[in-house]
Amino acid sequence: MSGFRTDHSRARGLGAAKHGAGHWIGERVSAIALAPLSLWAIYAVLWLARADFYTASAWLGNPLNAVLVSLLLLTAFWHMHAGMRVIVEDYIHTTFSKAVLLVLNLFVCVLVGGLGLFAVLKVALSGGVF
Amino acid sequence: MAETRERPLSPHLSVWRWHITMASSIFHRATGFALYVGALLAAGWAVSLASGPVAYGRYMSLLGSIPGKVVMFGLTLSIFFHLANGIRHLVWDSGKGFDLKLADATATAAIVFSIVATVLIWVIGMMTGAV
Repeated sequence: MSGFRTDHSRARGLGAAKHGAGHWIGERVSAIALAPLSLWAIYAVLWLARADFYTASAWLGNPLNAVLVSLLLLTAFWHMHAGMRVIVEDYIHTTFSKAVLLVLNLFVCVLVGGLGLFAVLKVALSGGVF
Repeated sequence: MAETRERPLSPHLSVWRWHITMASSIFHRATGFALYVGALLAAGWAVSLASGPVAYGRYMSLLGSIPGKVVMFGLTLSIFFHLANGIRHLVWDSGKGFDLKLADATATAAIVFSIVATVLIWVIGMMTGAV
């Protein structure tokens, strides 16, 4: 990676961009939030497994369920982006492959997370009318 | 990474005797990877619900099929293990729990807990008609 550093940055010797702590804390805070959210998710999946389309839609029309599912998606996609990033950084040592996988990880998380979140809001706000 | 000669890369699997904390560490990463796929499936569930009764019916029968149930069972195991082992990580972040015997015990506890909790949830699922 030293090839990307400017002479100026090397001369100053200040090292990394000091973003590591924020990344580290973000992963931990999302983990704390996910502990209760994932337990609730297991309960919700057990309940939803028996529900048909209309029951499930009405369930998501409940504000508490809609907010908890939204928070679960947001927090889970944030956390899994951080986790997958560390996996890529640990095992992929070619600069190009690493860059491709890191961007792919970000795009997949934002795209699928965005789709999921929009779908939840659509069902919640329309009351499951189709 | 500018150096051209081969450098040893971690994890140094070949020089370590197998131990339980090693297993829990590997399981943490593997279950995290599995839950990545699980979260994509959860988002897919929401999208199918927003796409109407036909799409939702197809999606739910896919999850309810034998391969779907195998995936869901694996995800249940993954979520319980990643949760229990994640709590170990949070305790370590506070600087506690590094004593070897304690670390071994909590690794075993996380593995046992995830298996027991998964079986319990699936028994509840069978009794309530969810599975």
